Amino acid sequence: MSQAQVVDVPESDPRVKQMLKVIKNYQKRPDALVQVLHAVQDTFGYLPMNLIRVVSKELHIPPSRVFGVVTFYYYFSLKPKGEHNCLVCTGTACYVKGAQKIIDQISASFGVKDGQTTPDNKLGLQTARCIGCCGLAPAVVLDNEILPRTDPAQITGLINARLGAKK
Amino acid sequence: MTPLAAPTTTILVTIDEKTYSADPGETILDVCKREGINIPTLCFLEGVSTVGACRLCLIEIEGTRKLLPACATVVAPFQKVKTNSDRLKKNRRMTLELLFSERNHICSVCVANYNCRLQDLAHEVGMDHVRFPYLFPDCNVDGTNKIYNIDHNRCIMCTKCVRTCDEVEGAHTWDVRGRGFESRIIADFDEAWGTSPTCTLCGKCVSVCPTGALWHKQSVQNNMKKSPEMVSELTAKRGRKG
Ligand code: SF4
Ligand code: FES
Ligand code: FES
Repeated sequence: MSQAQVVDVPESDPRVKQMLKVIKNYQKRPDALVQVLHAVQDTFGYLPMNLIRVVSKELHIPPSRVFGVVTFYYYFSLKPKGEHNCLVCTGTACYVKGAQKIIDQISASFGVKDGQTTPDNKLGLQTARCIGCCGLAPAVVLDNEILPRTDPAQITGLINARLGAKK
Repeated sequence: MTPLAAPTTTILVTIDEKTYSADPGETILDVCKREGINIPTLCFLEGVSTVGACRLCLIEIEGTRKLLPACATVVAPFQKVKTNSDRLKKNRRMTLELLFSERNHICSVCVANYNCRLQDLAHEVGMDHVRFPYLFPDCNVDGTNKIYNIDHNRCIMCTKCVRTCDEVEGAHTWDVRGRGFESRIIADFDEAWGTSPTCTLCGKCVSVCPTGALWHKQSVQNNMKKSPEMVSELTAKRGRKG
């Protein structure tokens, strides 16, 4: 498979300091776990295992609890995602409105399956059950931007436009 | 809510046509236990927090269409409770069948055979077969611990081990990974139990586990005895309840 290897981030990475600062800003409060994980996910594009350990230690939260939270939310990923990421909602409303057709279309156009990234790491495809905007079904999130009422005939074009554009 | 609310000292509840008095804050399960009314439970454990996860203790309350868990429902004045209606019996059997179909339970080769809460309850409700297709999930056995094993094939996700480890032993080695059908009990960062730096090898999780999912390496087929009361007694001695 063309999955990027799961990699640790060296402690010397300047972004690690940034992360510790975030933790400090929350005064190491254990209830800030989700916010801290969000920050780590957003800075690194995934949750490096060695940093999850640091978070657990700094916030004084048992390892298994941190890992439980990490694996509970679809938003968090243990593997690096692609340069661009496309998340198709497969919640009830989106499912009924044809989410599967959208997924099939993306898979066919870009040769990428759910939970994977393209061999050149340009595009990652994920799914999630309900992203909370059922009125816009079928909804797709392309790099944090919500594409409402997507159509299988147009989705390839929309993604290509994004891939062509600078991030 | 009701204008007829009784004085705060005692509450009258009717359970299966009989009236009992209860203290405010008590759950329906508390009252039933005291009065010797049998309600099947799987995830409830005296002395640790209540999660209402297994749905086996569901009861009917007049005026509510939903079935409610006896372990997590607090008594209210003039509540009329049914604990053994046909609807409930059907529901319990279904819940058990679903539990069986969700993992790979093979009693004949299990250490907890004849000492298993899940098996006992299936027997109690007369479950002679499972109507749902078995899901046969891919589960592993972690035998890395010196003294104990965990076999995820037999786990029913009651989380008694998780709560006991956290609330009684204070180690919090166990927790739950993932969601729904894919959720599993994990040690630390989903690592081998044997190398866990947090586990104290106290064995409380093994004692409270209602099935053969956690067991003592020394025990062979059919001879594992569990002692969840040990944990309840321990917490009672510490002066803490639920
Ligand atoms: S291992 Fe045993 S105690 Fe723990 S969740 Fe599974 S069945 Fe319950
Ligand atoms: S089902 Fe897709 S946003 Fe709710
Ligand atoms: S014992 Fe009440 S829900 Fe499990």
